[in-house]
Amino acid sequence: MKVVAKTANEAMAEAMRQINPDVVAAYPITPATEIVQIFSSFVHDGLVDTEFIAVESEHSAMSACIGAAAAGARVMTSTSSQGLALMDEVLYIAAALRLPIVICEINRALSAPINIHCDHSDTMNVRDSGWIQIYAEDSQEAYDSVIQAMKIAEEAFLPAMVTADGFILSHAMQRIDMLEDEEVQAFIGEHKSPYNLLDIDNPITIGPLDLQDYFFEHKRQEADAMMKAPKVIKKVADEFGQKFGRKYGLVEEYRLDDADYAIVVMGSTAGTAKDTVDLMREKGHKVGLLRIRVFRPFPAEEILNALKNVKVVGVMDRADGVNAFGGPVFMEVRAALYESEKKPDVYSFVYGLGGRDVKPVDIERVFQMIMEADKGKKIDRLNYIGVRE
Amino acid sequence: MGVIDIKKIARTEQLFAPGHRACAGCGATIIIRQVLSVAGKDTVVGFATGCMEVVSTIFPYTAWEVPFLHVAFENVAAAISGVETAYRALKKKGKIKKKINFIAFGGDGGTYDIGLQALSGAMERGHDMLYICYDNGAYMNTGIQRSSATPFGAHTTTSPAGKKIPGKMQWRKDLTEIIASHGVPYVAQASPGYYQDLMQKVDKALSIEGPAFIDVLSPCPLGWYYPTKDTIKVAKLAVETKYWPLYEVENGVHRVTVKPRKFKPVEDWLKMQGRFRHLFKEENKWMIEHIQKEVDRRWEKLLKLEEAGL
Repeated sequence: MKVVAKTANEAMAEAMRQINPDVVAAYPITPATEIVQIFSSFVHDGLVDTEFIAVESEHSAMSACIGAAAAGARVMTSTSSQGLALMDEVLYIAAALRLPIVICEINRALSAPINIHCDHSDTMNVRDSGWIQIYAEDSQEAYDSVIQAMKIAEEAFLPAMVTADGFILSHAMQRIDMLEDEEVQAFIGEHKSPYNLLDIDNPITIGPLDLQDYFFEHKRQEADAMMKAPKVIKKVADEFGQKFGRKYGLVEEYRLDDADYAIVVMGSTAGTAKDTVDLMREKGHKVGLLRIRVFRPFPAEEILNALKNVKVVGVMDRADGVNAFGGPVFMEVRAALYESEKKPDVYSFVYGLGGRDVKPVDIERVFQMIMEADKGKKIDRLNYIGVRE
Repeated sequence: MGVIDIKKIARTEQLFAPGHRACAGCGATIIIRQVLSVAGKDTVVGFATGCMEVVSTIFPYTAWEVPFLHVAFENVAAAISGVETAYRALKKKGKIKKKINFIAFGGDGGTYDIGLQALSGAMERGHDMLYICYDNGAYMNTGIQRSSATPFGAHTTTSPAGKKIPGKMQWRKDLTEIIASHGVPYVAQASPGYYQDLMQKVDKALSIEGPAFIDVLSPCPLGWYYPTKDTIKVAKLAVETKYWPLYEVENGVHRVTVKPRKFKPVEDWLKMQGRFRHLFKEENKWMIEHIQKEVDRRWEKLLKLEEAGL
């Protein structure tokens, strides 16, 4: 293990180098461009064995990844925002064909208006595409998660994306504990596909027309794979923790044990939120934080368990549902908590769209609002934080 | 590349099995069999969404005796470029040894229109693959809508022969030349009516290194409105009337591969097909002349390119 200073883009590119995939097909897009650039230099300097396809669009990037994975190769790519949206059609196909592709995704707002900064609207847009989604809090986690994701995808037979917040993580230098190349190789093992297109003597048809008599069974199998994915994710994370000392779960609880008020966040906001929780604890408030790390499969049980004794929950969404009801994470957290005995009140807080900075004072405001709501003050179900209205 | 031995080919294993659900008289199925008889079993086939993918792969059945991949409508060139790249990566690592052909097929919808970007990208990147367009000149799978391959004047369901606008008012986009302009090593036009010519082109395309593209005219009885028994006749007449010249562009040099001794007027080809029936009304006859002029112009241009060694 060695300590280095890396941005999330650099760290994820390093993880890709150490995984040394057979094929990478990618198209550059801000703020993920560096990942593609750095990886191209690894290819051109002979540091990886990878065949790199510099495609003409993200749609073709994912299409080529599908072809390569169907041919039995270990496959990765990287994208962000509009690029991920352009892939949308084929993301569903990659998942339904059960191809273990990994995307290093950098979160950026979807147009319009065009914007290059962080929010989660891009990955929320594809949350039901059948991909595993892991949201990293910092660059270390982005690096560790990419390595885990390759193994998870290949064991779960589902594609996986690891996301890191645009600019906030992608371009911010952090201290990273990097594994040795051999450690990564030993951890992920050799890729073996059970069947593939290059097995000429055993020809198979991939992607046939599937009608009323079989389509549903195939979708049910895909759903089943996602239901079984938590077990795989936990197993891989445990193995990673045992070998390398850094432990990861589906969710992360922070000072929730005796908390009356909790917020739920994803991504880099968790760092700021943890500090805010500490500050408020010092003032005597019983507050805590739940960070959802793995959003797909949705960890409903873990969320229910973590928030079962809380009085009020504020779910902070870095994406808007534009549905006049609440943010996407809010909707699902609230649905998960429907099964709790105490049924805490749950409010939606949309924040940070298009890279709008989120400060401790914003998070404190969320806590104050839910604490006031608990004392009887009526607040809106859907709230927008840090915006001029 | 060798001369195509028809007797030998007739005895080869059928890699596109009977029992698929294509229409009687379908030109595309004939093209597939002609292509596979040359390519042989060490071939991976990709298909864009369209008639052929739909009729040949209804789960749990498949007509394909070779590995087959379908992903979506607009991306077969990209998907097969991924397969071919995986092949190079795995071959480099010694995980695979065989020489394998990679053939992507798309209709004119998946090739001229929605798939043009992915095709252009794959050709430019230089993958060792062959792309074959089975060009039936409309979106036949969804019920005969016009494409940029539809001939001038043709009736389709989105360019109907109406009272004010008599069919499609634009010329066919010359995709063969567009791909030739990419500077790829081999580009050709073929017709299943001239099977020997078609198979020789496939053989050549597969034997050269790098990307190759063949645009194959694919008669469609349903969309062109002609009797199912006439598929090959229509395919031949398209060549004999200069509508569909058979030529190749090898390393940038044009060569006409079939030059009929005597040409027939384009009217002969048009009148075989119901999609041009309205052209024979008195008020629309100018369109036939218009088509003849354009067909002659394109043919002359082709001959000039050939003569100039371009």
